[in-house]
Formats: sequence, structure tokens, C-alpha cells
Amino acid sequence: MSLLEFENVNVYYEDFQALYDLNFKVEEGEIFACIGANGAGKSTMLKTVAGALVPRRGRILFDGQPIDHMPTYKRVEIGISSVPEGRRVFPSLTVHENLLIGAYRNRKGPWTTDTIYELFPLLVPLRKRQAAGLSGGEQQALAIGRALMANPRLILMDEVSLGLAPVVIKRIYDAFPTLLNNGTTILVVEQDVQHVMTVAGHVACFLEGRIKLEGRPSELTNEQITAAYFGV
Amino acid sequence: MTAAKAATLENKRFTVWVANRTNLAIGIFGLLIVVALALFPTYAGTPLTRRLVDFFTLLALAQFWNLMLGYAGLISVGQQGFIGIGSYTLWLFSDIMHINPFISVIFAAIGGAIIAFPAASLVFKLKGGYLAIGTWVIAEILRLIVANIKRTGGGSGITIQAATKLGTTVRVPGSYWWALASAVIAIAVTYFLLRSRTGLALKAIRDNDLAAESNGVNLWRTKLYTYIIGGAGCAMVGAIVAIHLLRVQPAAAFSINWTGYLIFISVIGGVGTIEGPIIGTIIYFVLRETTSKYGEWYFIVLGILAIIVTVWSPAGIYGYVVRKTNFFLFPLQRKLRMLEGAKE
Repeated sequence: MSLLEFENVNVYYEDFQALYDLNFKVEEGEIFACIGANGAGKSTMLKTVAGALVPRRGRILFDGQPIDHMPTYKRVEIGISSVPEGRRVFPSLTVHENLLIGAYRNRKGPWTTDTIYELFPLLVPLRKRQAAGLSGGEQQALAIGRALMANPRLILMDEVSLGLAPVVIKRIYDAFPTLLNNGTTILVVEQDVQHVMTVAGHVACFLEGRIKLEGRPSELTNEQITAAYFGV
Repeated sequence: MTAAKAATLENKRFTVWVANRTNLAIGIFGLLIVVALALFPTYAGTPLTRRLVDFFTLLALAQFWNLMLGYAGLISVGQQGFIGIGSYTLWLFSDIMHINPFISVIFAAIGGAIIAFPAASLVFKLKGGYLAIGTWVIAEILRLIVANIKRTGGGSGITIQAATKLGTTVRVPGSYWWALASAVIAIAVTYFLLRSRTGLALKAIRDNDLAAESNGVNLWRTKLYTYIIGGAGCAMVGAIVAIHLLRVQPAAAFSINWTGYLIFISVIGGVGTIEGPIIGTIIYFVLRETTSKYGEWYFIVLGILAIIVTVWSPAGIYGYVVRKTNFFLFPLQRKLRMLEGAKE
């Protein structure tokens, strides 16, 4: 059984249809990357998994169980947590308090504040600081740490590299293998194709609300990806 | 108050704590103040005692209102609905069911909590300004319903007979102690709620409700808790006010002015802190006592002060103090203290 499964999912923003009969499967223990241009529906897909949007038709299965009408906080309880686009850390809370919020549902697992500080040592000296004063990279590390505190089986990452320096992006991608080793499956959305292709086990290229191309990065040629990305 | 709570982690290298020795000293000092205030009716005259009833009831209301706005992001312009319900519930229990008015206050609080449930299911569908209007509408509906009940004297209101029978020597100190208790309850409930797990969730909601929800916070339930606390608290205060004034009228008990005062107090003092409403109530009260004899100038002074504070320090007076000193009378932030041998 796949960890996450989309079955003919159609999602709308009011009258505007954003996803058309989307079908794909994410297997446990892999990094599944979604790439595509702006407005292709990648973030919409992630929001639907996280619970911010409800599909009008079709269904989403998590570990075989339909989740499309489950409230957001329940999804965290069964092991889906997200790193939202733009980080969305809690500015008035300290770094440590932000992490504690991530553990709000008390799911058991390998991730505690200690192991998060081990994963991202850059957060250690910042523990007592309010998150508002953190740099973009630090906030991104905190947002990932916060999501991990829920000990998710599936972590959703939306544009983790957006607006960050290359050295910081590298540091964040370097943490991915540690996540996989701890039993977390990663569903990542990226516009930065170069980076994500080096780590992903599976890649899906979105175009206008549909998956145009899907496969293992090693099996896909640059020409194929370019064609799917731009729809030419 | 030195809750040096050990972090429940394996190989712990730090403890999480929220208060320090200074806060403990302040806590003891605060307790002494409460004791001194509790003895107040025994050595001060009735007029001064009655004035302090006003003060403490306003402080309690401001504190509950601040809990809802400052932490759960609920801009309620309809707390007067709960104040009115509390006043009339007191009448119902003390005059119709012949329960001691001071005990009926508890029933009034329960009545407020019960009304808060269905009100929440309507109000929580709305957000921001719409929520504010929605709460006001509910308060107006409650006022209109009550004003049309003949038994309670309709629009002209009704006298609380049971409270009249108590006599000044019992009623004034009694309502004073209830008023003081309501203020202490409001502060204590806010403080301990915010220090709990739910409190952390509330602070996260204040910062970003969507992000809080996607981290596993049950938004609806957490907001409901604060709304029920706010409703019960305001109804409790409404009941105390009814004993104090002896008479309830729909136009006064359900007056939007209540919320006006609460907004002024919270904005001046600082929303989202426990200290803010205390400072705000003191300022409001001093202004009221000193300038209300000048008629409309009183409102002009209040308005100008509100403008100055919002421009000069949008976080209120206490927000300014915190920014300069990072000092909290009521510490809520979880801080870390490194244990020996651990690297800082």
C-alpha cells in the first residue's frame, strides 16, 4: 500500500479549477518531488493534503484511509505535517516555543527538541530568541524542525529553497537523508529543479493542474523535463 | 511561581521555566495587596468601597476581553450580551428561585457559559470585522428578547428585590468582595490558562491561526474555550453589577458602552498581556474620576489619549514597557536554563 494516494482529485478555488483528475502515489520512505512553473497546481496539491483545501471530486488516501474530509489538526495526529510556503513561524514565540507547538499532538517518535537541535545546530544559540528576529534560513530550519516535532510519517515541504542563499539551501537538503533514516517520507514542491533532482527518488512535473511527466530522475532527460515544465 | 519544570526529555540538558525569583517576590507582594484590598470595606467608607466595585468589575471585564482578543484573536463587540444575561440570570435565581444573590452569581456565570456555546457556533463562522459585528448582533438580539419579556418589566427593567433586602451593611461589602474576587479570578484564569498547553496554542493562534492549525492545534476548540471563559466571566461580572446597582435595565445592562470601555482600556494598557488591562483600568478610572465633572471634555480627553497611545505605541503602554525592559509581572514565556555541563 502506498503512503499517500491521489485518486482522480479535482480541486477548485470557487469557480476556478486548479487540479484536474490528479492521480499519483507516494511510497513510504521516498522523496517525492513535484516541480513545475508558477500556477501549475503544486502548492494547491500540498494544501489539499494538509487540509487547507477540500477536493470537490475524487479522494485522497493516507495509508489506505480516506482523509479528504479530515480536519487539519487530525491529519497532524495521524502523521502528516507541513512546512508551509513562506515558513510561517510564530514571530512572537521563541524558537523553543515554536518547536513545542510542533509537538502539540504528542505523537511519539524519534524527534524531540534535542534531536532537532542536533539536526540543525544553527538553532541552538537562538533557542531563547523570538522567531521574528531570525533570518530566512534560520526560519526555514525552524519551520522544518517544528514540522518534525510532530513525528510525521509524511512531511510536506512547500518551496523550501525560495529566497534562501545557495549555502543555506544545501544545508537544508543535506538534512533530508536524516529525515528518511528516521522513517519520514518527504513530499516536496520546488521550482528549483536542479537541487531537487539530485535528492528525489521520484519526480512529477505539474502543468496547468495536471501531471505532465512522472518518473525517476535518472530515467528522465533534460529535454523531457524542459518540455513538461514549459508545456512546449 | 518558580515553576522550574524539568523538561521531559531523555538526556536532558536544560530545564524549561517561566518565572524567576523577582516574580516570586512580586507574587507574594501581589497576594499582600489582595489581602489589604479584601480588608478594605472594614476601614473605608461606603462611597469609596462602591467606587472600587466599579473598578474591579471593569478590571475583570477588561481581562476577559483581553484574553479573547489578545490571545484567541476574537474581536468581540458583544460582551455586553453576556453582561446583560448575567444580570438577568441573577434576578431569575435570586428573586424567582430565592437563592442568596451572592450564590446566584455562580449560576449567572454558568448561564453565560451555556449561552456561549450556541453563540460560538454562529460567531466562529465569521472572521475579523465580521465577527465583531456578529457578536454585536447577538448581543442586540438578546437585549431585544429580554426587553420584550413582561415578567422582567420589559424595557424599563426590574429591581432585584433579594438584593434590596440584604441591606447596605451586607450588600456593599458583599458586592465588593465579589468584585475583587472576579478581578482575581479573571487574572488567575488568564495566567494559568496561558501557562498551560492550551496557552501555548493560544499564543500560536495569535501569531498565525492557519499555521497553528497545520501544527495540530484544534482551532475551533481552543477558541471555544476562551469564548466560554469570556462569556462566563462577563456574565459573572454582570450579576455582581446587578447586585451592586440593585436594578437591571436592558438598555444599561446590554449597553454597547461596556465594550467601548473595554476597548479603550485594552488599547491603552496593551492587548495580549495580563498587565495591560490592569494599567488601562487604572488610567481609565483615574481619568473618569478626575475629568467626568467637565462633561463632554471627559470624552475628548479619553479620545485624544487613545489616539496618542495608538500612534506612539500600538502595543499599548505595557507593550512599550516590555519592549524597553522585557519585564513581565506575569511571566508567560517559556525560557530555557542550561544545566551544568551543557554547552551554552
